[in-house]
Amino acid sequence: MDTSFSPDELAFRDEVRAFIAENYPEDIKAKMEAGVELNKEETLRWHGILAKKGWVAPGWPEEWGGTDWTPGQKFLFDQACAEAGTPGVLPFGISMVAPVIYTFGSDEQKQQHLPPIYNGDLWWCQGYSEPGSGSDLASLKTKAVRDGDDYIVNGSKTWTTLAQHADWIFCLVKTDTNVKAQEGISFLLIDMKTPGITVRPIITMDGGHEVNEVFLEDVRVPVANRIGEENKGWTYAKFLLTHERTGIAGVARSKKGLARLKEIAKAEYIDGRPLFEDQDFSRKIAELEIDLTALEYTDLRVLSELRKGNHPGPESSILKIKGTEIQQRLTELTLEAVGTYAAPFYRGLDDRWNEFPVGPDYAVGSAPKYFNMRKTSIYGGSNEIQRNIIAKAVLGL
Amino acid sequence: MDFSFTEEQTLLRNTVERFVLDNYEFETRRQMTATEEGRNPANWAQLAELGILAAPFSEDHGGLGYGATETMVVMEELGKGLVVDPYFPSIVLGGGLLRHGGGAIADEVIPQVAMGEDILAFAYAEPKGRFNLADLETTAKADGGDYVINGHKAVVIGAPFATKLLVSTRTSGGVRDADGVTVFVVDAKADGVSIRSYPTVDGLRAGEVYFENVKVPANNIVGELDNGLPLIEQVADEAIAALSAEATGAMKVLTDATVEYSKTRVQFGQAIGKFQVLQHRMADMFMAHEQSTSMTYMVTMKLDEDAKTRGMAASAAKVQIGKAGREVGQSAVQIHGGMGMTDELNVGHYFKRLTMIDAQFGNVDYHLKRYATLSKS
Repeated sequence: MDTSFSPDELAFRDEVRAFIAENYPEDIKAKMEAGVELNKEETLRWHGILAKKGWVAPGWPEEWGGTDWTPGQKFLFDQACAEAGTPGVLPFGISMVAPVIYTFGSDEQKQQHLPPIYNGDLWWCQGYSEPGSGSDLASLKTKAVRDGDDYIVNGSKTWTTLAQHADWIFCLVKTDTNVKAQEGISFLLIDMKTPGITVRPIITMDGGHEVNEVFLEDVRVPVANRIGEENKGWTYAKFLLTHERTGIAGVARSKKGLARLKEIAKAEYIDGRPLFEDQDFSRKIAELEIDLTALEYTDLRVLSELRKGNHPGPESSILKIKGTEIQQRLTELTLEAVGTYAAPFYRGLDDRWNEFPVGPDYAVGSAPKYFNMRKTSIYGGSNEIQRNIIAKAVLGL
Repeated sequence: MDFSFTEEQTLLRNTVERFVLDNYEFETRRQMTATEEGRNPANWAQLAELGILAAPFSEDHGGLGYGATETMVVMEELGKGLVVDPYFPSIVLGGGLLRHGGGAIADEVIPQVAMGEDILAFAYAEPKGRFNLADLETTAKADGGDYVINGHKAVVIGAPFATKLLVSTRTSGGVRDADGVTVFVVDAKADGVSIRSYPTVDGLRAGEVYFENVKVPANNIVGELDNGLPLIEQVADEAIAALSAEATGAMKVLTDATVEYSKTRVQFGQAIGKFQVLQHRMADMFMAHEQSTSMTYMVTMKLDEDAKTRGMAASAAKVQIGKAGREVGQSAVQIHGGMGMTDELNVGHYFKRLTMIDAQFGNVDYHLKRYATLSKS
C-alpha cells in the first residue's frame, strides 16, 4: 500500500504546473474563476496552446500525437490542469470521436480527421440522443438509407452540445430496422455544412446556450464516411462510452471548487463573523470534503488498477455517480454561501459577465451554475442508469 | 377541528385561479418577463379590480378585511402560476408593515396600495447582513423634525415597480442591536434615492437601492421610533407564511407535471413511471408537498399568537418548505431528464423559484437555529 507517486512522476507534475503558470492566458483564467462559460475563440485558444506543446491528446497513439504517458502521468496532468482551473479540452473530438477513428476508421479517415481534431481546426459534436431516445439510446430512429455511394439520412438529434459551433457531427443512425435495435445501427461522420442539416438552439434554465437540436432532412452522406462496418455502430459507440473514463470523477476540479467555496465562506458574513466560522456551515463543508476524500481514494484505486494494465469495469459507475453528486452539492453549497446576491440575473452572461456585477464578483455565476449542474446526473448515462449498471453488472442482481 | 375553506375563501381561490389561467399561460409569462418592464401593468390593474390587492386591508382603508387564510389562498394560487406581479412585496410586505404599524401614515398610504395606485417594496436586506433583520448599516439620523437616511439595500424585490419604499434603518444603538431599528416610508422618487434595477434568476425584478442623504419627515415613521424590529419580525413571519403557500403551489404543479410526464415518456419499451426507483422518488415528492401544505396551514393559523409561538411556527414552516422545495425541484428536473433542464419547459422555472424562496427571509440553516433558540427562550 503506497499512495505516493514516483520522483519521475512528481518531476513531470512540476513541469506541467510550470507550463500552465507560464502559458495560461489571464483573460481566460479570470472568466473561469468567475464561473462563466467560455466562448468559441477562448476554448480554441487554450486547445491551441496545449496542441502546440503536444499535450492536447495524451491518450492517442504516438504516431498521431499521443504522448505515451503512463496512467499516473495522465492523472497528474489532469490534476495539475484542474488545480490551475484551466478549461477542459472539449471531449467530442479529442476523446470521443478520435479514439473511434484511430481504432476502427480507415486510413483515409484517419488522415482526413485526426490532424484537424488535434489542432482544433475542426469542431466536433455528438449526435447520439434523440427526442425519443435518451437513456434508451438504442431505440434511436434517425434513418440512413443507402443510395449508390451515399446514405440519405433523415431524423433528428437532441442535446447536441455546442453544435452551434460544430463543423462535423458523429452520428448513430439506423441502417437496418428489421433486427434487434442494437444490431441495426451504424456510425457516420457527417459534415455539418451538408445541405439538409439545421441546428436549433435549446436554451437551458440557467439562460445558457450549450445544447441544440440537430435536424437532418435528406442529408446525403458518402458511404466512405461510415466508420467500420454497416450495422456495427453500436459496438463502436459502446467502445467510445467505456474509453477514456479517467477524469470522470472530476476529483481535482471539485477540490478546486471546494477551495473556492471556502474562500466565499470566508468573505461572507453572518452576524458579523465570517460564514466559514459558522458551525452549521463549516460542518456542511467538512461533510462534502470527506465525501470528496472517499471519491479521491476510490479514483486512486482505479488508477492503481490502470497502472497494472487492468481496465476498470462497470465499477467505474461509482466515479460517475459520486463525482456528479459531489459537483452538484458543491454548487448547492456555493449558492447557499453566496446568500442574497445569488438572485441577480445577468443576461447574456458570456459577453457582459464583468459589467458591474451588483454584489461580490464571486456571486455572479452561482445560481446559474447550480441550475446548470443538475444536468450532470442526467447526462452521460443518468445516475439511475449507472445504479442499474452496478446492480446488474457488478452485483449480479 | 376543520381544515376546510369557507365558500368565500373558495370563491377567492377561484378568482385568483382564473386570473392565473387568463394571464399566465407559460409562453405569455416567458415573453412578459423578457420585456424591459418585466411585467404587464394591465395584470396589476386587473388584480386591483378583482379586489385581490385590497383583500388583507381593513374596510376603513378600503380593504376587504380578510385574514391570513385568505392571503395563503391567494399566494398558493399565485405560486401555481409563477406570478411576477408585485403582490408579495407590495401587499404582504409593505402592506403588512403599514397595517401593523398603523397611524396617520397607514391611513394615508394603504388606500392607495389597496387600489393598486401605489406599489410598495420593502428594502430590508443589506450586503453584509445575510438574514439578520437587525444587522443594519443603513442609518436614519434626526435632523430637526426630519430624518436623513443613508445606506445601501441589497436585492430589493419589486423595487423597480415601487412608487414607495419601506426601509429598515438604524436610528440608535449598534449594528445588530434589537433596539434602535426604525422603519420609514420613502417616496421612490425622493431626492437621494437611486435604484439599480435588474432581473432575478427566477424571473422577478429587483434592485439595489441606495439612499444618499434622503430627507424624510418624522411622520413617515412606520410603527414606533427605535422599536421597529418586533414589527419587522411580525411581518417577516407573515411573509414566511405567504412564501410557504407560494412554494406549496409551485410544488403541486411540479409534482403533478412530473407524474404526468412519467406516464407518457417511454424508454426501454415502457412508461418510465413504471420504474420503481422513479415511483419511489415521486412518492417522496408527493409527501414533500403534502407535508409542506400541512406546515403552511400550521403557520397561517399561528400568525396571531405571541411572538415566540408565531416565530417558531414560521421557522418550522420555512425549514419544511426549504427542504421540500429543493427535493421536489431537483426530482422534477431529474425525472424530466434533459427536458427538465430547458428554458422552454415550465419545470425549470418552478425549480428556480423554489430555489430562491429558500434564500428569502432566511434559509433552512437560519431557521433551524432560530427555532432552536426560540424554543429555549
